[in-house]
Amino acid sequence: MPREAYAPALMDLRLSDSDDAFRARLRDWLARTLPELPTPPARDDWPGRVRFDTDWQRRLFEAGYAGLSWPAAYGGQDAAPSEQLLFLEETTRAEAPYVGVNFVGTLHAGPTLIAEGNDEQKAAHLPRILRGEEVWCQCFSEPEAGSDLAGLRTRAVRDGDDYVVSGQKIWCSFGHVGEYGELLARTDPDAPKHRGISWLILPMDLPGIEVRPIETLLGSSEFCEVFLDEVRVPVTNRVGAEHDGWRVTNVTLSFERGTAFVSEMVDARRLAEELRAHVSGSAERRELGHVLAQLDALWALTIRNVTQSSRGVTGPGALMFKLAYTDARDRLGELSMRVLGRGAFDVHDYRVEERLRTLSLPIAAGTSQVQRNIIGERLLGLPREQPWDGAATRSAAR
Amino acid sequence: MNFDLSDDQVALRDAIRRRCEERFDSTRVRAGFDAAMFAELADAGVFSLRADGFGWADASLVFQELGRALVPGPLVWSHLAHGVVEGVVAGVERPPAGQAVLVEHLEHLDTLVVLGDDGVVAVPADELRGAVPLDWPLDPLTPLHRAEALPETTPVGDAAMARTWRQAGAVLVAAYQTGMAHACAERATEYGLARHQFNRPVGSFQAVKHLLADLAVRAEVARAAVDAAACHLDDPEIGDVDRAVRAAKCLAGEAALANAKGSLQVHGGIGFTWDVDVHLFLKRAWLLNTAFGSPDEHAEALAS
Repeated sequence: MPREAYAPALMDLRLSDSDDAFRARLRDWLARTLPELPTPPARDDWPGRVRFDTDWQRRLFEAGYAGLSWPAAYGGQDAAPSEQLLFLEETTRAEAPYVGVNFVGTLHAGPTLIAEGNDEQKAAHLPRILRGEEVWCQCFSEPEAGSDLAGLRTRAVRDGDDYVVSGQKIWCSFGHVGEYGELLARTDPDAPKHRGISWLILPMDLPGIEVRPIETLLGSSEFCEVFLDEVRVPVTNRVGAEHDGWRVTNVTLSFERGTAFVSEMVDARRLAEELRAHVSGSAERRELGHVLAQLDALWALTIRNVTQSSRGVTGPGALMFKLAYTDARDRLGELSMRVLGRGAFDVHDYRVEERLRTLSLPIAAGTSQVQRNIIGERLLGLPREQPWDGAATRSAAR
Repeated sequence: MNFDLSDDQVALRDAIRRRCEERFDSTRVRAGFDAAMFAELADAGVFSLRADGFGWADASLVFQELGRALVPGPLVWSHLAHGVVEGVVAGVERPPAGQAVLVEHLEHLDTLVVLGDDGVVAVPADELRGAVPLDWPLDPLTPLHRAEALPETTPVGDAAMARTWRQAGAVLVAAYQTGMAHACAERATEYGLARHQFNRPVGSFQAVKHLLADLAVRAEVARAAVDAAACHLDDPEIGDVDRAVRAAKCLAGEAALANAKGSLQVHGGIGFTWDVDVHLFLKRAWLLNTAFGSPDEHAEALAS
């Protein structure tokens, strides 16, 4: 072992001085700002929610906290991944507003435009997204294209300076309040499925667009169905090259820098801590202890992922996080229901609402089964399962 | 924020991993612990690490590698006792008066230490010669003797030392178990690639692939908990040391056990045989879950 040249352990869980200073400034700003906020709107008051969330985004912008992960050249803060983590941790702890209707714009569409948009597209949208002047929604999934997103069928046929778009989208976050949509549509039906897709900016007020909110098992939600009937989208709204939309979509993921679940984690740990006072008996205490241990470990794993991300490394933990968090959150949700007993019959108890909301975790943004495939194939090097041959299977069964 | 191995720590981990691969292969491990193995581990610095200036995080890395290779012996106790009681040292929690104790590796021991709430005492191994060997111990690599009573003993440490040893012992065992969990995941994955049924590697089937993914995730989460606990031992000001230690022991213990069973399932029939190492990992996982607190005990304490 190389004992002579050895420096004392460098792995630690401490904040650097600059991280500490960032946190102190942020806490100070939150303490001054949060009491000034208007009363949060009711859950189904969508005009009110748009006003409230975009007002919050404007305040973030004015204080220099908008677009933390965005490059400075586009009005962002170029913040270190550790500062992004601290921002999410501190704002969630302080019960500041969530990103809300600004989610798609600030965390998905904006980063995509930064990476792949042309100068006009960047100038038209990026400053407005940062200032809370523009709300975006996502139009990716389709009824027949969920886990197999690249199998999407919505067609965009070139006609002069327009694409004529027809098809159906589902699970469009904020579809009913978005002014612009991120649209994936098939521009080359004859190419292999990943190579015939284009990424388009969809102004949601174009003729031929119909939006219907989806009633989830929670009642109403931010999800919508979007029906597109010969919608004429200017070719100048295409982001990236024609037929190259699949790659454009995948560029965006690298902006998260391991912080995607930080707010969720802070909330989950708070819920678990609150359960301490309510568990009784060995079985419930053990289950809570397991959940606390899992959440503590996942917090450490978050810090590890962020550390690695700031060094430009993607470690195994980045691919594993969602699956592990989903499991911990399910155990926490079930324990809440057990502890609440008949108290869980009223969904106004936020713990019950959270139990219902988190049922989407193993499904949304890559099901747990897809996550396991990704871990098995990309990380462990296991071969893909054989392609399905429907015809052969049917004839064998006959 | 710097919660990843430093370059020196990577070098340390790689060095001990290489040493294990070269010197402690399956054949040697299966031959069991002996004086020569102890001398070799001592020479590698396994027991004197911290006296040599390394931290708990470094010791934890070393024990992760020892667990990955399933190196047998009373390694954690000998590490804890270094500088206090020399030689090959195993330990037990002080039993209730009149209750028999199971002593590990007695044939090769110099000293048995007994951990109580009021302190640590030492029993020279010679005074335990009347203990009776178990002819069918659960873990074939951890031979056991039953001692009906512990003889009069010499105090070697106070209550504070007992507390420190409990925490550090839990972290080092958790580190060892994390290494075991990784080894089980890695070996099962190799087998899933090598074993063909229906003209394809069994690891290509999603039913098997998903099981293997779960093993890998469980091991990685346990590693994060163990590294965090070791960092807390090195730097107690960063948070609740007790909580970090309990979380690590709880998750690593469960990971070692669940991954050994998952590995057994992936190996199928061959995994049920004596010749394959899978059962050795599984039996050690059960054994170590009784050392320095079980996962359930720690979980319950975490919520109390």
